[in-house]
Amino acid sequence: MSEHALEVEGLHHAFGALPVARDINLSLARGARRALIGPNGAGKTTLVNLITGVLRPSSGRVLLDGADITATSQAERARRGLARTFQINQLFRGLTVLENLCMTIGERDGECSNLWRSAGSKRAVIDEALDHLDSLRLVDDSLKLVRELPYGRQRLVEIAIALAQKPRVLLLDEPAAGVPSSESHLILDVVAALDPDIAVLIIEHDMDVVFRFAKQITVLVQGAVFTQGTPEEIMANEDVRAVYLGQEGHKGGRHA
Amino acid sequence: MAASETKSSERIAARERAAEYLVSRHRFQWPEALPWLLAIAAFFIFPDRMTFGGQVLIWVMFALSLDLILGYAGIVTLGHAAFFGIGAYTVGLLIARLSWSEPLSSLVAAALMAALIGFISGWFLLRYLGLTLLMLTLATAIMLQETGNLRPDISGGYDGLPGLTIAPLFGKFYYDLYGHVNYLYVLGVLAIVFYLVRRIVYSPFGQALTGIRENVRRMHAIGSPVHRRLVTVYTIAAAIAGVAGALFTQTNAYVTLTVFDFDNSAKVMVMLILGGTGRLYGAFVGAVVYMVLEDYFSKLSPTFWQFGIGLLLVLAVLFARRGLLGLVEDAGRTFSKREKS
Repeated sequence: MSEHALEVEGLHHAFGALPVARDINLSLARGARRALIGPNGAGKTTLVNLITGVLRPSSGRVLLDGADITATSQAERARRGLARTFQINQLFRGLTVLENLCMTIGERDGECSNLWRSAGSKRAVIDEALDHLDSLRLVDDSLKLVRELPYGRQRLVEIAIALAQKPRVLLLDEPAAGVPSSESHLILDVVAALDPDIAVLIIEHDMDVVFRFAKQITVLVQGAVFTQGTPEEIMANEDVRAVYLGQEGHKGGRHA
Repeated sequence: MAASETKSSERIAARERAAEYLVSRHRFQWPEALPWLLAIAAFFIFPDRMTFGGQVLIWVMFALSLDLILGYAGIVTLGHAAFFGIGAYTVGLLIARLSWSEPLSSLVAAALMAALIGFISGWFLLRYLGLTLLMLTLATAIMLQETGNLRPDISGGYDGLPGLTIAPLFGKFYYDLYGHVNYLYVLGVLAIVFYLVRRIVYSPFGQALTGIRENVRRMHAIGSPVHRRLVTVYTIAAAIAGVAGALFTQTNAYVTLTVFDFDNSAKVMVMLILGGTGRLYGAFVGAVVYMVLEDYFSKLSPTFWQFGIGLLLVLAVLFARRGLLGLVEDAGRTFSKREKS
């Protein structure tokens, strides 16, 4: 067993002539709470896609619990305990919330290869799904179709599915994106209360959330790791202010 | 204290309601008996139309197989006639070239052949999506048709294999001129096939298929072996379409290469969409309505009957986007809402 839940070594990737990941090194210890920040277009979501296998890196390695998973498929990585949420909801919109969860649990346990028994005959699966929904206060919505839920609730389903995978490593891509601030606290509470055994990498723009939640921060700029450190170190770093916070300020100025 | 107790008991009740839905969803409901009762009633009401009735049931089965892949897994195909044709020709060739005319074992052979072709073509094609898949499935059916055309010494070419003699059913029942035996034979096979499809649809595997239909990206992300699931269901659907094709040859006692026609792939899709996809009974409604109207219109006007079918489709697209069953569901919902208020 490796001491790291997830390691990324020398990851390279380019969209045509545009390099989007340049020699990225990153590691998550067991139970880590790391935030990934950076200006728009820095390659944060691309990095998540490279780690989860949506994209194949042109060079470099991804290790899960010390095992090289660079060549494995997305689904294989998920089965080995690597889960993610999406910046834009990727849900089974025409199915009920409960089915979204039951199917996830079924795929996790290999149950979905069964063509014969009825999906409702394993009470344990349904109960586990309801437990997950309970913890996110979604039980009352469990028989609604996902597409009938308000966006904030859908965002919670997005997280509930990832949690139902029982991951060891969880990548959260802007979990509160697009949710009105009156509801986003609910999502951030859920994130704050995640199982301490799960190693979490969170992409987030809200600096309050980042500094409250993360124990380490990685700053990504133009596809490369700009710097890493504790929240205090990052906050004190003048270069980060110039590159990241400065740019935000510039944007704000332009809008005003 | 008391407030929190009622709250937790409310929560338990909500959990129980939710669980009950999934636990009981697959159970048999009485309205489901309706199509079968109607099929049996038709046998007694229209004794002289049973040849036609048998053909309708064959199309129901064909549409049902398409529902598995189109309605549940979301695979869009324009080449489903390929498997109907494979089944039809398996039976035809067994009789004409190998003198094997026992009907039930021929059905099994047809199912296996169609499954084999479904497995092989599905393995390659189901990596693709949308328009690409549409074209590739279409090409597969045409290629199979032309393969038959290439060896007329075996397949009979475009003249097909006429005048096939099928051995009596169970070695006992000879086929009457009115198609009574055939009708009951097809109805029996359809009932078995329907039972299998119904089991699959309500199984965890069936759930995973709907997941692939709703969001294939997320399916990959939760660890689903999507390709394997799709190839599995494609193979099963091919086998069922093969059985439908086999029954077509057996009940008509001839087969020609037109079974592979694009027309058939399109017709079965139109039927299913007309009835309603992803609903099991959409195949019944769609096939029956389509076939009966086709029969009616072609008697009304032998030259312009397609106009009627076209008009029906335009109306369906305008007013019943989710098929006739969708229309019934909507009507039921409006009705129950009114009752409540």
